[in-house]
Amino acid sequence: MDQKIRVLIAKPGLDGHDRGAKIVARALRDAGMEVVYTGLHQTAEMIVETAIQEDVNVIGLSLLSGAHMTLFKDVTKLLNAKGLNDVLIIGGGIIPEEDVSKLKKAGVSGVFGPGTHCEDIVRFIRKNVKK
Amino acid sequence: MNDIAAKVLEGDQRSIARLITLAENGSPLAASGMKKIHPYTGNAYVIGITGVMGSGKSTLIYELTKEYRRKGLKVGIIAIDPTSPFSGGALLGDRIRMMDLATDDGVFIRSMGTRGMLGGLTSAVYDVVEILDASGKDLVLVETVGVGQAEVDVIKIADTTLVVLVPGLGDSIQTIKAGIMEIADIYIVNKADRFGVEQAVAELESLIDIACTGKDRKTPVLTTVAKENKGIVELINEIENHKKHLKKTKMFDAKRRKRYEAELVEIIRKRLMNFIFDESTFKGKVESLIDQISKKEVDPYTAAEEILGKILK
Repeated sequence: MDQKIRVLIAKPGLDGHDRGAKIVARALRDAGMEVVYTGLHQTAEMIVETAIQEDVNVIGLSLLSGAHMTLFKDVTKLLNAKGLNDVLIIGGGIIPEEDVSKLKKAGVSGVFGPGTHCEDIVRFIRKNVKK
Repeated sequence: MNDIAAKVLEGDQRSIARLITLAENGSPLAASGMKKIHPYTGNAYVIGITGVMGSGKSTLIYELTKEYRRKGLKVGIIAIDPTSPFSGGALLGDRIRMMDLATDDGVFIRSMGTRGMLGGLTSAVYDVVEILDASGKDLVLVETVGVGQAEVDVIKIADTTLVVLVPGLGDSIQTIKAGIMEIADIYIVNKADRFGVEQAVAELESLIDIACTGKDRKTPVLTTVAKENKGIVELINEIENHKKHLKKTKMFDAKRRKRYEAELVEIIRKRLMNFIFDESTFKGKVESLIDQISKKEVDPYTAAEEILGKILK
């Protein structure tokens, strides 16, 4: 068996800032993971359908526009509705401290803001990936 | 897990995705699923798309798929990108050009890393074609990694092979080199709004004209501007023409037989290699032979014969 961790990195909504997402994508690649990168302006439906078809273990959402409470939750709700309970959700971008616990309650297991070391994200995924 | 094959046959997206993962990981569970679906395969037409990196393969696949969807056909897409030889990781980015296909339930896209294969494909690609075929797709489009000159494995799997070129890749000698320039059923010069397209087409035409193969079909050269949807309908017509040609000349069955041969060889190769290099098989013997080769205590041929001798006895 040659099992690899598969990760979807997606940017939901209207936000053109993808440098952070690309840096994380590259770091996960260098950690031996298979990273599906879908680019900008994704809807929750696109993200969830992609996650299903690509059979990913992890979804990483990146958003710098401030709409994370709505858009991240849209994704977690739709994942729940589709019964995808074994996918680890993480988020990054500009996320105010007071939103982190709310996001965690909504199913975003890890939130990584500016200044995070890539190794911390890799470690978090390896520790928490569900299958 | 027993009914995963049944669900694949119903077209269930999650089951298709999961069986692909199992096949890709070489899981024993995959084999039992693959055995069950094989009788239901053979209906999908397989189109291979290969070409240099940045030639527009993903965009071309996106436009082709949209056109096939207008005809009501279901499409499976296998998009392969390179796996790092250092980390084993991969960045799979072909979906960026196919974004709005994600929510079309008549389309299934799977991105795959090469995972050590060198011919432009990935080891499990034969399984994935069978899975998408069994799930009811009318067409399976296989996008190779961006290739150089010699990655030609796509012809083992495709009914029709498209070689995508762009203007400005080199002179006429490049076009008569062996390898990638021999495998096309249809040549496409994409990005045909760029300078040099006439020269690129002329050089391809002359390559075809000087071929002494006595083929009864002249390989067509098409120009496309994929991102503006130019030339796509013509391309689909040429693919249809090639399909008719294959059926008329009985080459269709011969191609399919070659694919099954390649698939069989790949399954045996994978299982044999896994068996030999699995630690439990020879309990450190392989490692110690490698050490001995390094110290010049034994040569690689003697070591290989010793290992094979254990299997073939």
